[in-house]
Amino acid sequence: MAAFLTLTRRELSGYFFSMRGYVIIAGVQLLVGASLLIVLDALNEKPFDMPLTEKLPNSGFFWLVLLLMAPVITMRTYAHEKSTGTFETLLATPVSDRAVVLAKFAGAWLFYLLAWAPAATLPFLLSRYVDGLGPVDTGPLASLALGVGVIGAFFMAVGCFASALTRSQIIAAMTSFAIGTGVFLIGLLAVYRPPQLGWKTDLFAHISMVEHMGDFASGIVDSRHLVFYISLTLVFLFLTEQVLASRRWK
Amino acid sequence: MTLEANGKPMIEVRGLRKEYAGKPAVKGLDFTVGRGEIVGFIGPNGAGKSTTMRILASFLSATAGTAQVAGFDVERDSMEVRRRVGYMPENNPLPEDMRVREYLKFRARLKGLSRMASRNQVDEVSGQLGLEEVRNKMIGHLSKGFRQRVGLADALVHEPDLLILDEPTIGLDPHQIMAVRELIKKLSADRTVLISSHILPEVEVTCNRLLIMHRGSLLAADTQSNLQKRIGGATRVVAELSAPEGDLRTAWEEMGEVRDFHLSAAEGDFRRCVLMPRDGVDLRPRVADLAHARGWTLRELSENRATLEDIFVQLTRPDDEEEDLF
Repeated sequence: MAAFLTLTRRELSGYFFSMRGYVIIAGVQLLVGASLLIVLDALNEKPFDMPLTEKLPNSGFFWLVLLLMAPVITMRTYAHEKSTGTFETLLATPVSDRAVVLAKFAGAWLFYLLAWAPAATLPFLLSRYVDGLGPVDTGPLASLALGVGVIGAFFMAVGCFASALTRSQIIAAMTSFAIGTGVFLIGLLAVYRPPQLGWKTDLFAHISMVEHMGDFASGIVDSRHLVFYISLTLVFLFLTEQVLASRRWK
Repeated sequence: MTLEANGKPMIEVRGLRKEYAGKPAVKGLDFTVGRGEIVGFIGPNGAGKSTTMRILASFLSATAGTAQVAGFDVERDSMEVRRRVGYMPENNPLPEDMRVREYLKFRARLKGLSRMASRNQVDEVSGQLGLEEVRNKMIGHLSKGFRQRVGLADALVHEPDLLILDEPTIGLDPHQIMAVRELIKKLSADRTVLISSHILPEVEVTCNRLLIMHRGSLLAADTQSNLQKRIGGATRVVAELSAPEGDLRTAWEEMGEVRDFHLSAAEGDFRRCVLMPRDGVDLRPRVADLAHARGWTLRELSENRATLEDIFVQLTRPDDEEEDLF
């Protein structure tokens, strides 16, 4: 446990040892801010009768941020250590593979949450400075945050897995982007495909991130969505542990 | 061999074999290292030294065979082994973006030391290795010599019983090599050390026993002097004398202790004679007496013992003409 905390701290603080962490946070804020601007602009044209947070999952910027964050945040986790060789000194310490996997994931996920955190102030800022807007409805905001959190956990787990597979950060980034975007696009079919009877529609609906986020954004915490992301996260963490263990395969 | 309470040697390797994708890197290794020994692991690049060390450090698993460190199996009791081993891999990988003290504390904590203990140990090893002046420097900004010390400090910080150093002086300048050698000598006072190298003088001065590896097998495991005895043929006496060639030839042929000889011209009127003695005979007094008796001028007389280099070359000589891939 002590080793896990030490390692998580090192992983998290690693983002701030260089410009990397600051650049990522600035980039995220820029894109989230831009997506808010677009939503506000749309509001000027044609007022709509729903909370602002609910519009967010319909914005391309929001998904762009989500899909890009995982590769950018996680590509370094294992690939960098493998290419510099510190992976070997790390695994020669009396720390279990599982602790390493969990700590790397926890570091990446905490950083991800940190990068999102400033965006949580945006609704409050709006309600403070825009006339005629009611007080912020914190319920949907909290469930939206939960959604962003669990989707992020899944993306981070995929990213760590991709990074563990290679010593090249570029390959790690492309792999995690491809897996993340792949799952996202399959889910998008549920939105664009006319609903038909049959398992395909059911499947697409089940993995549709856009619909999941729609629920989260409107204040619905559906346990099926939570189970979906948490179990996928665990699957990818398990796979990452297997990749680490593969150095011991005979 | 010194044994400790549990009566187990520090390293015990039996039938160790490691294959990478079916290609053997280590082919059935057997050796034992007693507590307190400083053992040099030498062999050309690609001989399987690093692979063996990685297995001993419990980073890799062997394909077959067993390896024990202080009586603990590297496979089954991996954590116990890791707690007892200080391992510095080849090229001494370090994170560029951490400060020296921060890194050492991080490593100490990972190796299971408490907050207090890690602080004390970091101070201790920093003092031992002369790292105080760079404690707050970024590792990426350090000179190679200091980086090497940081690597050694990391290997030592949890007070391991066994130090495994893979090529600890590679890429250093001669001054730094001397400094690191001194450090290793100092550090080995109360622990077992396994050093690998393909630079022979390095192990020659630091180690009291040598393991010579070539193409995944152990060719020899002995002290340097025993190895020298084994390759006695490499001992020879060189004499430079000013005398007619014919006289020299007859003189050596008549001298019973000379097994074989070789003459060549040297600068001036001198001839260079390389004499191979029969077992264990010191030819030098005989040659000096002869020169004195005949009134020849003698300007050089020396005995060339087989150096580690000779031993090494003899043992690892390729047995066929195939190109040496290593």
